[in-house]
Amino acid sequence: MSPEKIEGHFNQQDKDKISSSGMDFSEKTRSASFLQEDAKVLLARALQDSVEIIGTQSALKNPRFKEYFGKAFKALDREYPAETEGGYCIRVKKGKTVQLPIQACLFLKAQGFKQKVHNLVIIEEGAKVYLITGCSASKAAHEGFHLGVSEFFIQRGGYLNFTMIHSWSEDVSVKPMSIAMVEDEGTFVSNYICLKPVREVVMYPTAVLKGKNSRASFNSLILSHPGSFQDIGSRVILKGDGSQAEIVSRAVSLGGKVMARGHLKAQSPNVKGHLECRGLVLSEKGTIYAVPELETELRDVDLSHEAAIGKINKEEIEYLCSRGLSASQAQAVIVRGFMDVDILALPELLKKEIKELEDKILGGAF
Amino acid sequence: MLLEIKNLSVQASGKTILKDINLSMEKEQVLILFGPNGSGKSTLIKTIMGFSGYEISQGEIFVNGEKINDLPIEERVKLGLGIMYQHPPAIRGVKLASLASFLCKNENVINELSSKLSLENHLKRDVNLSFSGGEMKRSELFQLILQGSDFLLLDEPESGVDIENISIMGKALNSYLEQKGKSALIITHTGYILDYIKAKSGCVMMDGRFWCVGEPKEMFESIKKSGYQTCKECQCPQKK
Repeated sequence: MSPEKIEGHFNQQDKDKISSSGMDFSEKTRSASFLQEDAKVLLARALQDSVEIIGTQSALKNPRFKEYFGKAFKALDREYPAETEGGYCIRVKKGKTVQLPIQACLFLKAQGFKQKVHNLVIIEEGAKVYLITGCSASKAAHEGFHLGVSEFFIQRGGYLNFTMIHSWSEDVSVKPMSIAMVEDEGTFVSNYICLKPVREVVMYPTAVLKGKNSRASFNSLILSHPGSFQDIGSRVILKGDGSQAEIVSRAVSLGGKVMARGHLKAQSPNVKGHLECRGLVLSEKGTIYAVPELETELRDVDLSHEAAIGKINKEEIEYLCSRGLSASQAQAVIVRGFMDVDILALPELLKKEIKELEDKILGGAF
Repeated sequence: MLLEIKNLSVQASGKTILKDINLSMEKEQVLILFGPNGSGKSTLIKTIMGFSGYEISQGEIFVNGEKINDLPIEERVKLGLGIMYQHPPAIRGVKLASLASFLCKNENVINELSSKLSLENHLKRDVNLSFSGGEMKRSELFQLILQGSDFLLLDEPESGVDIENISIMGKALNSYLEQKGKSALIITHTGYILDYIKAKSGCVMMDGRFWCVGEPKEMFESIKKSGYQTCKECQCPQKK
């Protein structure tokens, strides 16, 4: 579909919903775009030569992509659902740095639709890219379900900064499964943002730091609404000599239930990892269960974690009140600060977009 | 009358800290509060500000004639009260710059003052997070001046601040207090701040009571020489 047709395809409400998951319909600030509604690919288009972007159905016929399907899961001896329909496949060519982010959006439209996609991202040697993916549902998509299988291959010296925004609705359940394989000197950054209600999210993405001096960082901002259940973790397996990982999560419960998991597993000496998990419970009905795990069978590793959960510190509220804020303003400012976009590793453009998204949902600070 | 405290007793954690105290302050007065650790000085300031955990068991506090016993903190701020914390909490993700622009709409004033107090680089940082002792004090004074409070409650403004910065802070505080209509109640242990501000009155608090009043520099010299014990034994004529 042409961009003009895409615009016309959606009603305003759906367009707003899709935009709230990070899609720029104008494509002015993007290097490539992908958009799938239910099982149908509406758009797959690269605006630069450095990027190849196609739907999974086409990619399966392409030998360049085909060999990668299931490769990460097999490497970890894990099962994955084979009966998928669609998804995006992206390849960033060797040595290319792509300044503007690539965008991909998976949208649920039909009532009760079960969307099952398989995505593939290949960052070739020395390539660098930002990818923002939005997952979102139309108001009409009651009882929707989304299963996303994703595999990321970051080759030697490659850099992938992957930002996922979940913008679902109260009766949608989602189950993303993803594995990133990172080779020598490669970097995988994952930013996850979920600020809207959702019925259930269960995910435990894994990064395998295979290569020497490879890096992974997982950062997440989770707002949990009443009725939501979010079981969200991040796992890094450190296999390469000198590999390093960091997991940072912030969860605020407005009444929902959050399981904040994290797992760092050292399989090589001389690796380093830190896990930080902070949670704020704002409602009597909310629960946060933090499960930080560190694992090693080797002596010469450096793994650490810190976790802190609880209600807002009264002293912080009173401090801001003594500067003239009302107690409710002070709480809003503290929550907003807690959901700090700066914990995400983002380029300025995306940081600004996510700040604006937070402004809409959490209210502006001050 | 700026501040009037009548027969005030205050409890914290079930213990009576302030015992039936009385105090009056005029507009534009700067009152220095001396006293050993645990005598109740900080409790007095925090009670005036309205912080939780300080329960008034008897007595009344008036600011500009209005009884403030039950006013929330932010309402007290509207009456001109402003506090400088001894140990301020860190607020994650909230930049000092954002707080500064909330307190003062004039960006030039913010820039000028932050440069004066060597806080330019702190504006981008989270409020009080990993600030050193001296940085916190400078940041507190910075906020308070931007807030434009008429009645400053300062809890050990100079503690933990190096000599050079005491001078910078002292001068900034002094020029603020020299403006029309500004008053302050200042707790000090080291007395350094007395070199910079013009305070005419001081008083000693011990064991939850006011002991004596006098000229602050003289009082401080005497405390330095013979400690608070002598103070206790002294039958000061002004003893309240």
